[in-house]
Amino acid sequence: MLRSHRRLLSAGAASLLVLGIAACGGTTKDSADNSGAAAQTGASADPNAKLKEGLKIAFLPKQLNNPYTDVEVGGGKVAAGELKGEYKLVGPNDASASSQVSYINTLIQQQQDVIGIAANDPNAVCPSLNQARQAGIKIVAFDSDASKDCRDVFINQATTQGIGESLVKMASELAGGSGEIAILSATPNATNQNAWIEVMKTELAKPENAKLKLVKTAYGNDDDQKSFQEAQGLLQSYPNLKVIVSPTTVGIAAASRYVSSSNYKGKVAITGLGLPNQMREYVKDGTVKKFALWNPADIGYLAAYAGAALASGQISGQQGEKFKAGKLGEYTVGAAGEIVLGPPTEFTAENIDQFNF
Amino acid sequence: MSDLARGGKQKDNAVLEVRRRLATWDSIIVLLTVFVLVVASFSVTNFGTSRNFTFMILDLLPIVLVALPMTFIIVTGEIDLSVASTLGLASSIMGYLWNQGLSIESIIPICVVVGAVLGAINGFLVTGLGLPSLAVTIGTLALYRGLAFVVLGDGAVADFPFTYTGWVTGTIGDGPVPNVLVLILVLAAIFGVILHATPFGRSLFAIGANAQAAHFSGIRVARTKFWLYVVSGAVAGLVGVLWTLRYSSARADNGAGLELAVVAAVLLGGVSIFGGKGSLPGVLAGVVLLAALQNALRLQDVSGQALNIVTGALLVLSVLLPNIATSIRTTWQRRKLRRAATV
Repeated sequence: MLRSHRRLLSAGAASLLVLGIAACGGTTKDSADNSGAAAQTGASADPNAKLKEGLKIAFLPKQLNNPYTDVEVGGGKVAAGELKGEYKLVGPNDASASSQVSYINTLIQQQQDVIGIAANDPNAVCPSLNQARQAGIKIVAFDSDASKDCRDVFINQATTQGIGESLVKMASELAGGSGEIAILSATPNATNQNAWIEVMKTELAKPENAKLKLVKTAYGNDDDQKSFQEAQGLLQSYPNLKVIVSPTTVGIAAASRYVSSSNYKGKVAITGLGLPNQMREYVKDGTVKKFALWNPADIGYLAAYAGAALASGQISGQQGEKFKAGKLGEYTVGAAGEIVLGPPTEFTAENIDQFNF
Repeated sequence: MSDLARGGKQKDNAVLEVRRRLATWDSIIVLLTVFVLVVASFSVTNFGTSRNFTFMILDLLPIVLVALPMTFIIVTGEIDLSVASTLGLASSIMGYLWNQGLSIESIIPICVVVGAVLGAINGFLVTGLGLPSLAVTIGTLALYRGLAFVVLGDGAVADFPFTYTGWVTGTIGDGPVPNVLVLILVLAAIFGVILHATPFGRSLFAIGANAQAAHFSGIRVARTKFWLYVVSGAVAGLVGVLWTLRYSSARADNGAGLELAVVAAVLLGGVSIFGGKGSLPGVLAGVVLLAALQNALRLQDVSGQALNIVTGALLVLSVLLPNIATSIRTTWQRRKLRRAATV
């Protein structure tokens, strides 16, 4: 036993020595040169180029068999059909960072023209995506961006500004232009929630919204029960409350459930960001007049058209380039290759049955 | 007996020996692997290209490296299920230290040493306290993965130097041979020679066949197993580094689930889960077979679920077929003996 201890000690000492030597001088975070990873761009675009037919358009979502994803790529399939292209859907069963890489490699081997990807890890997919681009494949990121260096464009479902504006617009309509409103958010430190709430506050400070008064921002922690209790608390503390705005799918569903089963039904309006399938019953029973979310099918649809425009040479991913995306109309590539889908879709009793996600 | 007859008998023995060798599972798996590679090259579009070869080697890199020490451990009748979590923890530590400004040249040996220490913990629990390795390494599987999340959280560290990330994904002189293939071949050769051509290697088979008998014949069973776990951990730490560099992303969830792929490949390669039996060429063939099948099926647009079904079925067959073969053989032998007795 003693001998093995001594051996362990010497092994430890030896490794420390190696570390010591290696520690003086070497490649550190500050000295590292990552320029090798950058990909080449700069192919000039011809806005009048004809859209190619028969393009092979592959979608690689974060993982398969997710209802939201299915709707997204479903839009891509419709667009590929309109473009007379070949649509393909591949993807891992787990949303892990590395499993997408094998699929990208396979798509390179199959010589696809366009890969639409929702990246599980913006960097892990980068080397493979750059290999794909070297092989002439156009990369359209959607839903969740890959690192800027390794994709041609990114389909951004909504801007922070657009969401915040749309939330205030709905609240104002439902309150009839004046009265008390409250926000039911997720957690106090959720980045996207807070960004939207900031925009809402800026919007509410504008003269046209002067009669709207934000009385409280409550936090339901994206937990169904907590959100339910917070909604209950808001209504008890503020009897004159006209609208609860909940920019989270958990919060809006919980608040709607509470209101629909209480005698506040019809007196207090609920709105925010929600999923049509979760909200359908509250829209049907009149608790909720309108709420919003980007339409996931449009994301996939736009991604396919952007990919086709790239592969046909209409755009190259530079700011200011324009292309047409079928039924969605004309789009302009923004800074850093971002293409913004547009304002969120509003769901009401009239249109909710057209959506299944 | 005439010389002629004796010669004939020897020749018979030689033929029998060859037949016996060919009939073992590991040689069957080697032949099957070659068969699959040849068939796929001819029938699957884009399978037999040099780029696809590179992709396949990169995909099997973590599995084959972790499988080398795993083979040793399973041959002694133990198992190490914590390897993928060790990999993840090494990856997390790599990202953390990189953010702290340490040089990559010092981080890499640190990660290997961390892996060795984690392996030593397994080894101590199994040999020092005499706990069952299955239970111990399921425990450390959860423990090490948990620690990985403590170190790095949900975030990822990505800005590793291109000289290193590029080396892992690159090929020799931009030809068809991936850089990492050299590493795989060197390590496989070292492990192969140790297992099949040294007294130490033979002692592993002896331990797996009967640990008590091995102990009484002078083999230090506990110490041997302890060091196998240390090596297993160190290799997992090294693979954590390679994984991080390959995907340019240090994450706590890196390599999750890899242990199952490794154990599957080792068992498919003909190593007995009860210990005492197996060969390294068989394991290498098992790894290549799984990787080639997955690669070829993916190129044919077979879905991920179907891939899992194929892998699972192969694994069950690899355990089932040798068992059936053995029982058929014993039945035959018994029948032959009975016939001999009646005559």
